[in-house]
This record gives sequence, structure tokens and C-alpha cells, in this order.
Amino acid sequence: MSLKTHQLLQKKKKIILELWMKNQLADEGLREDLISNEELRMQSEELIDALIGNLSGANFTNLDSEEWNPVIEILGGIAITRARQGFSPRETGNFVFSLKEAILEVLQGEIPNDAKALYAESTKINRLMDNLSVVTFETFIKGREEVILRQTDEITEISTPVIRVWDGILALPIIGTLDSARTQIVMENLLQEIVETGSSIAILDISGVPAVDSLVAQHLIKTVSATRLMGAECIISGIRPEIAQTVVHLGIDLSNIITKATLASALAYSFRAMRLEVRKINSLQKN
Amino acid sequence: MDKIPILRMGAFLLVTIQVDLYDRLALNLEADLVQMVNNTNAKGVLIDISAVSIVDSFMGRIIGNIASMSKILDAETVVVGMQPAVAITLIELGLPLKGVHTALDMEKGMNLLKSMIEVTEEDEDQEQDDDLIAE
Repeated sequence: MSLKTHQLLQKKKKIILELWMKNQLADEGLREDLISNEELRMQSEELIDALIGNLSGANFTNLDSEEWNPVIEILGGIAITRARQGFSPRETGNFVFSLKEAILEVLQGEIPNDAKALYAESTKINRLMDNLSVVTFETFIKGREEVILRQTDEITEISTPVIRVWDGILALPIIGTLDSARTQIVMENLLQEIVETGSSIAILDISGVPAVDSLVAQHLIKTVSATRLMGAECIISGIRPEIAQTVVHLGIDLSNIITKATLASALAYSFRAMRLEVRKINSLQKN
Repeated sequence: MDKIPILRMGAFLLVTIQVDLYDRLALNLEADLVQMVNNTNAKGVLIDISAVSIVDSFMGRIIGNIASMSKILDAETVVVGMQPAVAITLIELGLPLKGVHTALDMEKGMNLLKSMIEVTEEDEDQEQDDDLIAE
């Protein structure tokens, strides 16, 4: 970029910012619910300062060079925050594109009579801003991926809760498919909880497991055996008729595992095993 | 040579493993324990492995062996206090320890043994006699 244009843009920084802000505020995709106007202005100002300060360099097309690091850092920061705040890709993209429009508009106003020079400068600005958009998008997507990864972790965490249904009885409802990694977590959580609460009976409820194949059955048997080794009894409950059919068709032997159709019957069995009794009391009778 | 003490408590034998077992130690324990069951005419063996954090297939087999041997000598074996990691390891090694009774802690193990074995008065008299002789 020629020195003249650079100086020009430097001088017109304020106007570019105003134009850009106007563009952004006029945009349909403005998300006032996610970001306040003051904050948006601060972000924009920071970016313009860094960008225009850099325009003098010869490394105009090569964004990998070191002098662009501050600009890319600022853009990356903005993109990541926006990804976390839940901006759509279009809204994030418009943030950079509207800046391009503002700069081009100013250029157009300042070089009115020299079409050739205007074209040359516009092309450069275009190329630069497109590159910056790509960087923004890349960072934005990276930010979204981080969010997804964190959610996956959270799902694994919350999908294996161990519930203490009674003193000495634990229940573990399994929801979703059981794979090796999950079985490992389920097993560890269950065994740890058995040690901590000193429970002697654990109920593994599989009503939320969509399908049982030989691998899943293998995992279940492992969990039951491990519980038994710890000195507690493990009951599998919530076996649906379809699952019972599959298990028998696959030839899986569950005969030495206590299985119950519902969590209620498993609980009733546990009460019997612990010599507890649940009785209905006559409410009319006064003690 | 290290030795794991075997304590006698009524009709039961009590073994508390406080160190990580190495092979020779485990083999010695097996021999000593079977000898002890025979000598004391014990009806139950309680093995506390709550301090054991590392097991291998050999250890798993030794525990299984002790249970089978005691069974032949008419004594039940209860393993108590197994760590979750140890339990998972044994299962992954394909050693579900069939024939070994398990309990969460010493107290529950003791109750389990007592419920399995009807300690007859005759046996208790026998023990008292033994104690008198020892004195």
C-alpha cells in the first residue's frame, strides 16, 4: 500500500470507526442481547487501531509475518468470545465484512478522480480483509469445537450418576449406549460409591439402554462381577422384553446374575435381602 | 524373610495383608494358611486386602487357590475390603474369583462367616480345652 493511502487511512481512522459502527448498528444481525453497543465500540476501536497501525508494512499479503500477530490476536480473541457467547457464523463474519465496507467507502471518497489508484488500493484492502475474515472464521470454528468438546465431557459426567436409594442400596440408571469407555466410568463410579457409602446392594437399571448386544452384555457382566468382588451384590433391572429376546437369541448367559424387570421389583428384592419391610399404615388410627 | 501374620480368633483365622504381596510372600502365605487351617481346625478364613493396591494374575490365582484349599479342609474363605481398582483389574484379567466370598469390610465379613458357619458348642468347648492346654 502506498504511503499516501496509509497516511490517509491513519488520518481518517475516526471516520472509518464511525462508518463501521453505523454499518454494524444498522445491520439486521446486531445482537444487542449478547453484546452492548459500548462493548462493541471498544472491540471495534481496538481492532482498527491495531489494523491501521500495521498497514504501512510491506508484508501486506503475508498474514503469517510477525507484525500481523497483534491484529490476529485481537481478531482471534473477539472470534472466540463470540463463539462462546453464541453468535452465529454470519454475525461474526459481518463484523469483519462491515469494516471492509467502511474502509472502501472512505477510500472511494478520498480518491475520487484516480480510478486506477482506487482500484489498486481497493484490491489490496479486499485481499487483506478477506484473509482476516478467514482467520476470524477459523478461530470462531475452533471456539465452537471447544464448546462441543466441553459439552461432551459434561454429558459423560452427568450420564453416570450413582443414586443412594436407601441406606445400603445404590442405584445406577444407565441412559444411552454402553461402550467400553463409558462402562469403565460407570464401573469406577459405582465401585467408588460402594466403598464410600458401605452399601451392600447395587441396582444397575438399564431401561435407558436402547440396545444390548454381546459387547454391552459383556460390559454388564464385568460390572456385576467387579461389584461382587468388592463384596456387594449387583442386581440388573429394567430389562425390556426386546432386550430379553436379544440376550437369549445371542446366547448370552445371565443365569448367575440377579435380573429384575423393573427398578421397583429390584428394590423389593433388596429390601427382602436386607430384611426390611415396607408396610402400609392405617392413617385413621391414632397412636 | 517377611511373613504375613495369621491370627486366630475363635473358629476363624484372620489374615491382614498390609504390604503389597510379591510372589514368594504370597506362596508362603498360601502354605502357612493351609497349614494353620489344618492345625487349628478353623471353620472360616478372613482375608483383609484393603491395603493391597496392586494385583496381578498370579495374586488373583493365589487368592483363588487359598479359597479352594480351605474349602477342601472344610473352611470358608471371605475376602474383605477390596479396592475398586483391584476389583476392576481382576475382572479385566478374567479372574472373577468364583468360589470366594466377598464382603465390604471386616465387620460385614465376620457377620457373613458367622451366618455361614454354625459354630457348634462342641467346637467352642474344644477351643477352650485347647486354650487351657496352651496355658
